[in-house]
Amino acid sequence: MHVTFSDNDLAFQEEVRAFFRDELPDDIRKAMDSGAEMQPEMQIRWQQILYRKGWAGVNWPIEYGGTDWSPVQKYIFAREEAFANAPIVIPFGLRMVGPVIYTFGSDEQKQRFLPDILASNVWWGQGYSEPGAGSDLASLKMRADFAGDHYVANGTKTWTTLGQYADWIFCLVRTSTDVARRQEGISFMLIDMKTPGITVTPIILLDGKHEVNEIHFDNVEVPVENLVGEEGKGWTYGKVLLQHERTNSAHTFRSEYALRKLRAQAARSVRGAPPLADDRNFMRKLAAVEVDLKSLEYIELRTLAAVTSGRAPGPESSFLKIKGTEIVQAIDELAMEAAGYYALPYKAEPSVGEGAETQSALTYFNNRKVTIFAGSNEIQKNIIAKHVLGL
Amino acid sequence: MDFTHTEIQTMLADSVGKFINNEYDFDTRQGYAGSDQGYSEEVWSTFAELGWTAVPFTEEDGGFGGGPTDVMVLMQSLAPGLVVEPYLANIILAGGILRRAASPEQKERWLQAIIGGELQATLAFNEPQARYDLASVHTTATPDGDGWVLNGTKGLVPNGGTADLLIVPARTSGATVEEDGITLFAIDANAAGMSRNAYATVDGLRAAEIMLDGVRADADAVIGEVGKGFAALDATIDDATLAVCAEAVGIMYVLKDKTVEYSKSRKQFGVPIGSFQELQHRMVDMLMACEQAQSLLMWSVMKRDAEGDDCKRAVNSIKYLIGTEGKKLGEDAVQIHGGMGVTWDLDVAHYFKRLTTIGTLFGNADWHLDKLADTAPQP
Repeated sequence: MHVTFSDNDLAFQEEVRAFFRDELPDDIRKAMDSGAEMQPEMQIRWQQILYRKGWAGVNWPIEYGGTDWSPVQKYIFAREEAFANAPIVIPFGLRMVGPVIYTFGSDEQKQRFLPDILASNVWWGQGYSEPGAGSDLASLKMRADFAGDHYVANGTKTWTTLGQYADWIFCLVRTSTDVARRQEGISFMLIDMKTPGITVTPIILLDGKHEVNEIHFDNVEVPVENLVGEEGKGWTYGKVLLQHERTNSAHTFRSEYALRKLRAQAARSVRGAPPLADDRNFMRKLAAVEVDLKSLEYIELRTLAAVTSGRAPGPESSFLKIKGTEIVQAIDELAMEAAGYYALPYKAEPSVGEGAETQSALTYFNNRKVTIFAGSNEIQKNIIAKHVLGL
Repeated sequence: MDFTHTEIQTMLADSVGKFINNEYDFDTRQGYAGSDQGYSEEVWSTFAELGWTAVPFTEEDGGFGGGPTDVMVLMQSLAPGLVVEPYLANIILAGGILRRAASPEQKERWLQAIIGGELQATLAFNEPQARYDLASVHTTATPDGDGWVLNGTKGLVPNGGTADLLIVPARTSGATVEEDGITLFAIDANAAGMSRNAYATVDGLRAAEIMLDGVRADADAVIGEVGKGFAALDATIDDATLAVCAEAVGIMYVLKDKTVEYSKSRKQFGVPIGSFQELQHRMVDMLMACEQAQSLLMWSVMKRDAEGDDCKRAVNSIKYLIGTEGKKLGEDAVQIHGGMGVTWDLDVAHYFKRLTTIGTLFGNADWHLDKLADTAPQP
C-alpha cells in the first residue's frame, strides 16, 4: 500500500501548479479570495484561458479536443485547481451536455456544438427539474410534440442555475405518454434560448442572490435535428450526465483548501481578540471535520486506484456526494462561527470585516443547496440501499 | 498509488481467515472465553506455529519483518473471530516494548520465547488515577542495592492474571505526570510482593488490577535506559491503538453485513424490515462508516509505515473515528436486530461489546479529539 505518484505524474503536477500560479489573472484570484460570486465575464475569461491551454475538456476524449489524461492526472489537476482557488468551471456545457453530445449525438451535432462548448463561446443551461419534478425527476411534464420537421415544446423547467446567461439549454422532455414505465418516452433536446416563446423568471435564493431561474416554454419550436440520439431514450442519456455530475461532487480539494484557510485564520488574532485557536471547543470541531475530510480523501483515492487498475469503483464511490456535501456544509458553518458578528453584514461595504468573513453567513445559507441538488442526499441513500446493499 | 495487499499480506489474510472460518466459530470462542484461562493455549500454539506471533518483529529478532500494514491485515482478519487469545497483550504490547527497547540479551531471553509461543507477557500501561494519560505514573521504583524496589498499583492490565511476565513502567524520578523519569521493568508475575486481582472485561477478555508491594527487581530487569522509558511506551501504545482500530474496522464490516442480512430475512407487517426506508438509511450510514474507517485506517498505517513514531495525528484521527462512528454503528446494529440484538446468545451483542471496549482502550474519542485540537497538522 502506498500513495506516491510516479515521476511522470509528479512532473505533470509541477506543470499544472505552474500554470495556475502564472495564468490565473490577479483580478479573478482576488475575487475568488474575497468569497464573492464570480462575474460571468471573469468566468468565461478563465475558461477560455483553460481552453487555449488545451485543458478545458478534462474528461473529453482526445478526438473532440479533450486532454486524454489518466485518472491520476485528472485527480492531480483537480487538486491543483482547488489549491490555487481557481474558479470552478461552470459544468453545464463542459461537464454535462458536452459528454452527452459526444457520446450519443450525431456527427452533425458534434461538429455544430462541441467546438463552442469547449471554447466556452456558448453558455449552456440545464433543463432537468420542474416545479413538480424534483428528486422524482421521472415525473417530469414538459412535453415536446412532434410536428413534422420540428417539435413543439411546452412546460416549465426550474432551478436552472445561471440560466439568465444561457444561450442554449438542454432539456429532458416528454415525447410520449403512451409508455409502460415513466422513464420511457423522455427525450433529450437542445433548445436555443433565443427561440420565441421562452421566458426566464428569476428565483431569488435565501442569500438574496439571483442564481437560479424558472424557464417557461410556450409553444416553442425545436427543430428535429436538435433531438439528441433516439426519441424516448433521454432518460438513459440523462443518467450518464448525472453520473458525471456526481463524480465531481465530493469537493475534497476545495474543502481541504477551505479548512487550511480556516486553520490559518484561527491561528491569528483578529481585531485584538484572542485567536480562535485558544478556543478548544472550536478547535475540536475543526479537527473533527478534518478527520472526516481525510477519510473522504482516502475513499476517493481508493476509488481512483480501483479505476486506474481497471477495476470498477467499489461502493465507496457512491457516497462521495453524500459525505462530500456534508463536509462542505460543516466547513461553511465553522467559517460563519469563526467570523462571529462579522458574519452578519448583508452586502457589506468592503471596509467592513476582513477577507471573506462577511460572506461566510451568505455562503452557509447558499450551500444548504448542496445536499439537495443533483439528487438529494436522501435519494442517494435510497440508491445505495438498493444497488449496493441489495435492499 | 496502490491499495492492494502484497503477496505476503494476501497469504496472511487468507490463512487467518481460513483459521477463523474453520476452527474458531462463535460457540468455540465463547467456550474459550468462559474457560478458567480465558483463552486456549492450544490455539496460541497454533498462532505461533503459523508464524502469526512473529509478524511485527524484525528478521534479526527472529520475526517476520512486518510493519504496521501487515499488523493491520492480521488484526482485521482476526476480527470476525472475536479472538480472545492475548495477541494484543503479548505480541503488540509486551512485544512492542521489547523490540523497541530491550537489550540483545533481554530479547534472547524473552522475545524469542514470546515469538515461539512459550511465554505470555503483558504491559501494565495504566494506573487507576491515570485515565488515558500514559505519563501519569505513580508507581515508584527506588534503588535498592544493585537492584530496585517497586511500589504501586496498575489498572486494567490486559491478560494480567495469566501472564508470566509483566512489563511495568515505574517512576524513578520526576513529577507524577512527567514523561521524563519513567523506567520500564520486566517483572516475573510471581515475584514476591505482587498481588493480582484478575477479572473478565465486558468484551469477554481478561484483565487484572495489579498491586506491587515492595517488589524487587534486579538491575538487568530494566528495559532500556533508566528514566527514559516513555518513548518506547508511547510508541508501543500508538502501535496498539492502530492494531485495535484495525480490529474495530474488521468488526464494523461484520456487523454491517450481519445487519443487512438480518434485515432481509426478518419480516414484520408482512415485509422484510429492510424494506423500511428509515432502516435502509441507517444501514447506508453503517456502510459509509465502514468505508470511511477503512480508508482512514489505510491512511494511518501508511503514515506510520512512512513516518514511524512521529505520526501522532494519524493515530489520533483513526481512534477518534472508531470511537465515534464505530460506536454509532454498533448501536445501530443492535437496534436493527431488535430484541435479538440485546441477547447474550446472538454474536451481534458480543461484536458490539468488543467495539465498545476498543472505543475506550488507549484513549476514547474525546481524548483523541482533544489531542487533535491541541496540535496542528503537518503541511
